Amino acid sequence: MDLQWMAWTLETGVFFGVIASLIAAYTVWGVVSPSTPRRGLLPMPTTRGDRLFLGLMGSAWINLAWLGLTEASQWVAVVLSLLFMLVIGRWG
Amino acid sequence: MEKPTNNRAWLLVLPVLLVVAFSAVIPLMTVVNYSVQDILGPEQHVFVGTEWFRKVLRDPELHGALRRQLGFSLAVLAIEIPLGIALALVLPMRGRAASVSLVVLALPLLIPWNVVGTIWQIFARGDIGLLGVAINGLGLKYNYTADALDAWLTVLAMDVWHWTPLVALLCYAGLRAIPEPFYQAARIDGASAWATFRYIQLPRLRGVLTIAVLLRFMDSFMIYTEPFVLTGGGPGNATTFLSQYLTRLAVGQFDLGPAAAFSLIYFLVVLLFSYVFYTAMQHAGRSEAR
Repeated sequence: MDLQWMAWTLETGVFFGVIASLIAAYTVWGVVSPSTPRRGLLPMPTTRGDRLFLGLMGSAWINLAWLGLTEASQWVAVVLSLLFMLVIGRWG
Repeated sequence: MEKPTNNRAWLLVLPVLLVVAFSAVIPLMTVVNYSVQDILGPEQHVFVGTEWFRKVLRDPELHGALRRQLGFSLAVLAIEIPLGIALALVLPMRGRAASVSLVVLALPLLIPWNVVGTIWQIFARGDIGLLGVAINGLGLKYNYTADALDAWLTVLAMDVWHWTPLVALLCYAGLRAIPEPFYQAARIDGASAWATFRYIQLPRLRGVLTIAVLLRFMDSFMIYTEPFVLTGGGPGNATTFLSQYLTRLAVGQFDLGPAAAFSLIYFLVVLLFSYVFYTAMQHAGRSEAR
């Protein structure tokens, strides 16, 4: 199938690969050891999947805020968003 | 005893997943690909990284459109949700009157969006429109084609007219689903009409209200056709909302890269607000149940 029209690049391929792998890994993890909602730093009880969703959405916003508000390297925002995902995933 | 799980249900979900993949996921992936490239032609594109995101995020026109859009969507929710509940409460619950009321109430929902814009374009005109002439007749200066506030209020009134029936119908269905014994218990306890509403009807409407709030927020946040037909985004930029800004970028200027970057930001804003509304309403329901 010709996917030229989708204008793929290596960077976006890696990006979607990471997202797809995360979803696949969380699905397998959920089947092997089902998640029960728990309450942590966040104001509502969340499952593992909720925390992944919040982590990904929060990361997107951290990167966008960085782009809109600063001129500093985007890699700082990437590191911050990884830390955010870790904190939400572990203690959220 | 542990309930057996039937994984055959996943097979039934598969067709939906395939349809969603083709109609939403693949186009969204393409938008992500476009957002990091300068699209020069069908097979000519240059990687530019986050440049379009930076450009779009610092565009004052986008900031203005976002402010107007947020104000509009919050006003829509603040008016349509209470008004829809009120309408559902006063509608007759049974008999011929109920059927007639429901049909009349649902009429605005049957009208195509561009026709709604045309109706209001004529209806609100200061020289020949019923609404415009009536308002001017009251001594108020009203001209939606020249005054920014008038234009904004007219778009808001049009949306309220068009979509409040949806909220009312959802609430009506929710009210009809409340079992009679709840009302009997309230009567035995001598509950007032307000107490019945506050402690019986409103909590049991939470499910339909969550759907109504999400639908109306997402829909009003993506409004395009009606204001485009009614005001064309004017006067000035007074009624230029996010989707009009996006259309101008993608179709008017053919800036596909910035348009794709903006589309993703737009999608994230809708996702964020929908998640916050959904979680808040679910959370409120749980706290009330405790």
